[in-house]
Amino acid sequence: MTQTLQPDADYQRFLLEGRFMIQRGRSSGLHHFYPRAIEPGTGNNDLEWVPASGLGTVYSTTVVRTKPPAPAYNVVLVDLAEGPRMMSRVEGVAPDAVAIGMAVRARIVKDDGQAFVVFDPA
Amino acid sequence: MSLTLEAVYAALADAGLERRDIDGLACWPGFTPNLPGFSPVSLTEVKESLQLKLNWYTGGNEASQMSAIINACMAVLSGQAQHVLCFRTMTESTSMAQGVRSSNVGGGAQRVQGSLSWLVPFEAPSASNWIALTASRYAHEFGLKREQLAQIALNARRNAGLNPKAVYRTPITMDDYLAARMISTPLCLFDCDVPVDGATAVIVSAPEARADLAGQPVTIESICGPLYGRDSWDQMPDGTRFAAEDAGQRLWAMTDLRPKDVDVAALYDGFSFLSLLWLEGLGFCGRGEAGSFVEGGQRIALDGELPLATGGGQLSAGRLHGLGHFCEAVQQLRGQGGERQVPNGPRVAVVSNGGGPIASAALLVRE
Repeated sequence: MTQTLQPDADYQRFLLEGRFMIQRGRSSGLHHFYPRAIEPGTGNNDLEWVPASGLGTVYSTTVVRTKPPAPAYNVVLVDLAEGPRMMSRVEGVAPDAVAIGMAVRARIVKDDGQAFVVFDPA
Repeated sequence: MSLTLEAVYAALADAGLERRDIDGLACWPGFTPNLPGFSPVSLTEVKESLQLKLNWYTGGNEASQMSAIINACMAVLSGQAQHVLCFRTMTESTSMAQGVRSSNVGGGAQRVQGSLSWLVPFEAPSASNWIALTASRYAHEFGLKREQLAQIALNARRNAGLNPKAVYRTPITMDDYLAARMISTPLCLFDCDVPVDGATAVIVSAPEARADLAGQPVTIESICGPLYGRDSWDQMPDGTRFAAEDAGQRLWAMTDLRPKDVDVAALYDGFSFLSLLWLEGLGFCGRGEAGSFVEGGQRIALDGELPLATGGGQLSAGRLHGLGHFCEAVQQLRGQGGERQVPNGPRVAVVSNGGGPIASAALLVRE
């Protein structure tokens, strides 16, 4: 794939197609997140889109308590198996049951025409 | 704007200067129209209101939090200006009452862009969420207890009770803290600073212009605002640290003074947890030791080994976003602390500002 100038739009388009893709530097071999036109650290522009395995580990977690009756929700940082860290949430368990070190698997959800990646316990 | 002018007039009177003596003007972050209440006053408005004749001025967001003072130091030492007026104004209390919030990007800010656009889908647009993730990981690795973190909030409130300008002065107990509503675990209500309407003004003068000044000037011994790691709140390789360590490294490289010489510490407390990382970053204790360092609270009390947040900090006195800490440190060194004055004539104060990738620190000395 040629160099992208709209990495965030590409990422979104892949998600809407049902594919969780992340970028990798061809010469560095390193993955990164969030999507960019230029690789952080190397300044290279030889980036390619590759499928993410979707596997990850919870690096940190917080339960956000909003004013009732809005329910509490969870925010996590997930370390993807490929290396990058991304912010997301873990669904399918109570917000306070999410623990650091928990193995998780990505799932694409769509809301209001936008798609994003959440995680379930693996 | 009127709050800004009030602060400016107070600073001028304190320094024994007139408007015409001010030939430099500096602000961080400058006017931020997209962030309601965050920095509502522009340099232009201050200049025009006071009819200043400026040899030099600067304001801008892409810089460290203490950059107005850092820039002012460079300006007076390079001959760009003699007396630089630095100001920081916030009207976050009014903004929040109107239903918009500055530092909650996405919560009333008119535009979400850049790295923040990756946080908003997960309803984590607030710094409380980012710092909570750091604190949560830190607690996992180092076993921080809520009773330890509480000492930062309890100490601030104790000192605020002695500061007539503080917003929250009613004492709180450990039980109050432990029972407080969680905001973003492990941070509760008392771990978050208090949005206020307020302004701070600091005048930085050239060393050779000190004869112009009334009262007791305080010398800036060293000051820094480095950026070594990732410019991000969530992409640090080790998510239990932040740029405080870089600021510590840089600050002590520029002086012969050492942490043991510090008599007063005005450490940033936008969230209580940030003060703990600052204690470590500036070398007052080792990595992972800040919880036990503050345990019981005696060490950081006004009569302790390292008095912290002497005016109540942002947690209780109000969120002046860093420059308030600078002002409090100066007052302590000059013995103007009133009921909250640190005993035995403190000579050296450290001030720190920031969290995440943003970190600046200064060492102030009374001669």
